Formats: sequence, C-alpha cells, structure tokens
Amino acid sequence: MREFKILVVLFAIVGFTYYGIEPYAHHIMHPEPVEADFNFKDLKDIDSSLKGDAQNGKTLVEANCVACHSIESQGHMPLMDDATNAASYGVVPPDLSTAGNLYNKNYLANFIANPAKAMHLEHKYSETKPFPMPSYNWMTPKEIMDIVAYFESIKAKELTHKESFENACGRCHSMAYAGISAKTPGKVATSHFGSTPPDLSQYIKSRGEHYLHSFINDPQNLLKGTAMPRVGLTQETQEDVIAFMEETGDRKKDERNALGIWVILFFVLMSGLAIAWKREIWKDLH
Amino acid sequence: MINESRRGFVGKAFGAVAGVGAVASLVAMKKTWDPLPSVMAAGFTVVDVSNMEENKLNIVVWRGKPIFVLKYSADMKPTEGRNVKIGDNYFSVMIGLCTHLGCIPAYREDKKDFKCACHGGKYTDAGVQTFGPPPRPLDIPPFDLDGTTLTLGKDGAAYKELMAKA
Amino acid sequence: MAEFNKAENLGEWFDQRLNTKAFWKTMMSEYWIPKDINFLWAMGALLATLFGILLISGIFLLMYYKPDVNLAFDSVNYTIMQEVGYGWLFRHIHAVGASIVFLVIYIHMFTGIYYGSYKKGREMIWISGMIIFMTFSAEGFSGYMLPWGQMSYWAAYVITEIFGGIPFIGGDLVVWIRGNFYVSDATLTRFFMLHVLLLPLGILGAIVFHFYTLRFPHVNNQEGDFFDYEVESKKFLDGNKKESKVINFWPGFLSKDIMVINIFMIFFFYLVFYHYNFAMDPINFDKANGLKTPEHIYPEWYFLWSYEVLRGWFFSIAGISGKDLGLMAFAFANGIFLVMPWLDRSPTVAPANRRPYFKIWFWLLMLDLVILTIFGKLPPTGSNAWVGFFASASFLILFISLPFITNMEAKKAGGKQ
Repeated sequence: MREFKILVVLFAIVGFTYYGIEPYAHHIMHPEPVEADFNFKDLKDIDSSLKGDAQNGKTLVEANCVACHSIESQGHMPLMDDATNAASYGVVPPDLSTAGNLYNKNYLANFIANPAKAMHLEHKYSETKPFPMPSYNWMTPKEIMDIVAYFESIKAKELTHKESFENACGRCHSMAYAGISAKTPGKVATSHFGSTPPDLSQYIKSRGEHYLHSFINDPQNLLKGTAMPRVGLTQETQEDVIAFMEETGDRKKDERNALGIWVILFFVLMSGLAIAWKREIWKDLH
Repeated sequence: MINESRRGFVGKAFGAVAGVGAVASLVAMKKTWDPLPSVMAAGFTVVDVSNMEENKLNIVVWRGKPIFVLKYSADMKPTEGRNVKIGDNYFSVMIGLCTHLGCIPAYREDKKDFKCACHGGKYTDAGVQTFGPPPRPLDIPPFDLDGTTLTLGKDGAAYKELMAKA
Repeated sequence: MAEFNKAENLGEWFDQRLNTKAFWKTMMSEYWIPKDINFLWAMGALLATLFGILLISGIFLLMYYKPDVNLAFDSVNYTIMQEVGYGWLFRHIHAVGASIVFLVIYIHMFTGIYYGSYKKGREMIWISGMIIFMTFSAEGFSGYMLPWGQMSYWAAYVITEIFGGIPFIGGDLVVWIRGNFYVSDATLTRFFMLHVLLLPLGILGAIVFHFYTLRFPHVNNQEGDFFDYEVESKKFLDGNKKESKVINFWPGFLSKDIMVINIFMIFFFYLVFYHYNFAMDPINFDKANGLKTPEHIYPEWYFLWSYEVLRGWFFSIAGISGKDLGLMAFAFANGIFLVMPWLDRSPTVAPANRRPYFKIWFWLLMLDLVILTIFGKLPPTGSNAWVGFFASASFLILFISLPFITNMEAKKAGGKQ
C-alpha cells in the first residue's frame, strides 16, 4: 500500500512537470495552426462558378502565357534554361502542364486576375517592385474561366507524390534527402526573396504534419511577413506533398510503429516473469 | 638510519620530479585546447574603408557574423552614440543580424534604411530600430581605428568613446 | 606457484585461478541489503541499466556519426535515421534514454534526500553520487551538441556564453572552451571527444566508486534504522530469513530490481517508439545556422531548473548587474547539493514525513523545483520573469535556511527526549 502511495505521488509530480514543459509550453510558444481553407473563400474578384470554354482558353493561353511559361505536355518547351529563366524573372516560371492538378480552381482564376493578392504577398510587391507576372484583370471573368477550363482539360491523369512536390514546391525548395534541388538557383532566390528558401528534407520532423497542413495552405497565418506565397494547392495535392515530405524525411515511420508493439509486448511478458520470479525468491524472505 | 633518510630523500625527489612532469604535461594539454593560431588570426578582421563608396553597404565577415560597414554621404545625419567619424565621413559599423531573430537585413539606398525581409523590421542607417519586432538597435562590434583601417575584434579608443555615449 | 589439482568442472577451474567463489559471495550472495525497502531502492540498478543501454546504443551510433560541422547533421538525420539498419532505433533509444536517465537520477537523488541517506557515515555515498550527476550533466550537454541542429548549436552557444560572466578571465575562457570565437567545428570535435571518451570513462569510474562507497555504511532503509549487520546476516545464513532484517544482494535484492527494471522498460520503449518528441526537439531537425537564432532557446528539460535560477535575475541589485547575480545564483545552485550532508544539521536519520520541519522544507523544495523547471521553458516575459525571480530567490532561501531549520528541529527533538 505504501509503495502504491509513493507511486501516485511520483506520477503526480512527473505528470504535472511534463504537462508544464511539453503541452503547456508549446501551447504558449507556438501559435495554434489555423484551420486550412481549401476553397480560398477570401478570393471573390473572379466568380469561379462560371463555366469556361477550354477551346477559347487554349487560344488565350497561347497568346498570353507561353512567352514566359512552358507547357511541356502540350509541346510548348521552355524558351530558356532554368538558370537564365531564374535570372530573368527572379524565380523560374512554372510549367503549366499540371496547373489543373495542383491549384484550386477559385484560387487559379483569381491568381490570373491578380497574382500578388491571391498569394497574400501584397506587402512584398508594389507598383515600384511589381510581381514578375502581370495581373490579367483586364480580361473578363469569362475569359479567365476559359483559361482555367483549358488547364483543367490538359491536366495529368495522375501525379505521383514526388511529381506533386516537384511541381508545387520544387521551383524554390530543395529536398536533398530525395535528391531534388530547387530549379531556381539559391543565390537568385535569395536576392529575390530576401532569404534563401530552406531545404525541406526534415521539415516533416521539424514542423510536423499539423503545422505544415496549415502553413502550406497559407504561410501568412503562421509566419507573418514571410516571402513564401500562398500557393493555392488543392487539398489533395497538399496531402500528396506532405506525404512526400514524410516518405523522404521519416521513411522508417512504418517500421517504427510496427516494431514498437512487439518490443513493448516483449517487456510485458518479461515483467510478468520477473514478478513471478521475485515472488518466488521473496516467499522465503517475508 | 642513513639508508632510511637517503631512501626518504630519493623517494621525495622522485615524487617532485614526477610532479613537475605532470604539471608540464597539463600545460601541453591546455595548449591543445587553445584556439588555433589560424582561428585567432581570423578573429580580427581588418577593413580598409578609404575606398568605400558613399551610401553603399559593405558586408565583411567577422567571427562568423556579417558586419555592416556603411559610409555616410554628406546629406546623412549621424546619430549620437552610433556613428564613428573616419576622415571626413561618418560610418556605421554594426553586426548585420536583425536583433529580432537574426536574419540579415537589407540596405535600401533610396530610403537610407535597413529592412529585414523575415518579419518586416526596419532600422535607420545607424541601425536604430524604427518599425516592427526588433527589440533593440543592431549591435556594434568592438573595433579599433588606425587611420582609415578598421580592425574588428579589438576595442580601441573610438569604440570605447562610442559605447560611453550610447 | 601453489600445486593445482585437476579441476572437476569449469566452475572449479575458474575458482582455482580467479577465486570466483569467494568473489561471488563477497559481491553478490553475501552482500547484505536491508529488507525494509520499497521500489525507490531499485532506482540505482535501473540507472546502471540505463547507462548500459546508453553505452551500447552510443557505440552503434558512433559507427556512422561524423563529427564535422558540414557532415554531422546529415550523418545523423539521413545516414543513421534513414539508411542504417535500425540506426533510427539506436538513435531513439539513445535520445530518449539520455532524457529519461535524468528523470531516474532525480528520483534517486530526492529519494536520498527524503530518507536522509546522506548523513551519519553516508556522506561519501552522497558525494560520489553527485559527482556522477555532474559528469552526466556534462555528458548530456556535450551529446546534445552532436546532431548539430539549431537547438544543438544555440544551446551550446548560450551555455558556453555563461562562462563569459566569470570576472577577469570570462571572455578568454569562452573562446578557450569553444576553441573559436563562436561555436564552430573546433567546438564540435572537442565536445565529441568529451562525449564519447573522456566523460563516459569518468562516469564509469564514478559509478564503480559509488558502489564502493555503499559497502561500509550500508544502504539506508525506509525507517532510517541502524542495526548490526553481523547479527542480522548471521540470522539470514542460519536460515532465519524471515526474522532477519537483511536480504542478500543476489538473488533477494536484484530479483526486485529486475522486476522494477522490466516494468520500467515497458514505459521506456513506449516513449522510444511512440512518444519521443520531448527528448528529440523538433527544432533540432533544422540544421545549425549561426546566422539565424531560433525564436525560443531552451536547454533540455533536466537543465531547466538551474537555467531558470540563472535567468530569474533580470534586474540589478545594489549595483550588481542581473547577469552577474544570475551567474552567482547559478553557481550556488549547481554546487549546493554537494554539501547537503553538512547543511542538514539534525543528527536524525529518518524519512521526511517523520521530521516536522524538514518535511515542510522538502516539499517546498520539490514545489520550487517544479516551478523552476516549468518556467525555465516558458519565454521570460511579463509576469513569467517575476515568477522566475521569486522561484529562483526561493531556491536560494531554502538552502540558506536549511541549517537553521534542521538545527531547530534537532533542538525540538532533543527537548522531547
């Protein structure tokens, strides 16, 4: 009975201290991640419920976009190599073959109309330092939706987790543990953004899935003033991206979770035997 | 008897010499822990400011940290306790790490201020914070002045004078 | 050389050469431990086990770890964690083990304080134990630097910076310890040496010494009872095991230890596999960057109380700066436990619950340490700074007042008799 009382006191002290230095301290030090909004409800300039015409969209894209953007799946190859591209624009412009896969429709439509606003980067770009891609707000909402419909029509059937990551993040971020280096050279990115976009190999560990889920959806929520844009990923793509980060940064997770149970069971068995053995020895002693 | 004390003496002599040896080896061990000569030499960065352009930020590395050296043009006003006069011009000499979270602020020549890209902190050309989260002005590294040569890492007269005013 | 008869069996063969039977008796089967004990008496054996686990897991980590600022981070987080077979397991065991070993050290230490196991002939047990604790602290600190993450770097930076407060030599001392003006490759390689060789050797030696110090004063018991070991052990050997106040180390004492150890391992491996973030701070999965300070810097949990004693003094008193006051308080906090046997002026060896004043002192100390630990992690802003100050001051007051409290208690007890 006395031992039981000691154990309760011990648990109370250790438990209370643990609560203070882990859950409570983290709650105080780190902002609570905001619920992700995959509809991008704040963007209302373009009514994305309009039905677009992919055929007209194709014409518009070929007239307006391919001067800077490649669409490799449709035969529009990049006009310059990545380094030259990066030097000209600050960041390598994205290939648009997978735009229909990656971006939320509402986001994409509003992005075309006003990129800096959609990305939540209006504090970074201004009249004097404009975003490399001009706003297409002179187009009618219908025309913009035509473009969106075109991207939707050419989207890839399926993207692997790695392809999602490369297309959504790989223009700025490296992932050394997966052998991926950013398309935009670090120096160029640094001068464009003001700081170097970090390598993401261990971000699944350092930030955790919960944080990433909120952060990728809108970086400004958790890191006010950051140069990282809101990318506008669909929920599905974002989950693929995070899955890829986990496959790269924590690839032994399944092995760990599977093995743990057996080790614990082993010690449960050992404890049972140890208790029986101790009783046997102490039978003579008590 | 003679033998006894003789043995006592030899024993003590042996002990004393062994002790000297042990202390000597401690000196060698302490030396092994000393910073290498190359490290010590790299601890003092010498900068010649005579050819610097006005209103252009120079960044030198000192002890693993970026150091800002900014030469003032005639229209820029010095701040008490922040600037040092070298020749005819005032200079800002500061550790180029934002006092908020240690990012490296960028100098904007047109606005004559520093802006930190990470969280939007701003500083005057003398490194005094004017906006955003930075809690204090940019730190000033110890330096010594000899003509137009700055030696970072030595606290010379000009540095002490500056610190006294700040 | 004496005549050797041909040995009948392997046991005899060794006995002839190494006197194993007598050795076994002295060390195990006739080494006497009091019977009146509870599971807290198993913490010593548990600590020895955990040290063994740390040593073994450390050896395997050493096979792929690279002590170089450019390679260290990836050698841990890529090579060991993701490539080496079960490398991740050894790292998790090592990290969680290092954190949990301090929990058990603290339990062991405060058990000793609670039951008064540091006085009346047991002073050397206490002192040797504190030496192990101090060496372990250095071991923990040096090991935390090796993965070369952001927290590794900045904890090393902040803690080495503390030495800068020592008068006259401080500035040079910091540079000397680091081997550079800032935490750098030279710092990493020398702390690596300390962590994998010098300190473990010291710990091993200190553990052996600690065991040795137990032999003559004997292990304390739940009631602080002093009895004649000769008489009690004779009872035991004569077969009156139930009446005897002692048990043998093997198998009596160790059977209980082994039971506790096995039950503890269930909890330990639960932490290793499923709940390890407390020992492997997420921030440390960002590579060290001397140009970017993390938003919050804090040491591992087991240093938080003394870190808070240091940090609590944030304003100057009587012309002495807060930084210097903190440093003095920090030095006091880290040295004071060592002289515990002389601070407790009461000759009574009894559990705290039977000591009217010491009881209150003990639980106040526990409360203060818990508060210091929790606030040592929280940002020191606003009211937190004041809580830190009062908790830090309370710590000093508690220890300064201990001799007076125990003196009063001794007088009171003396009056009764």
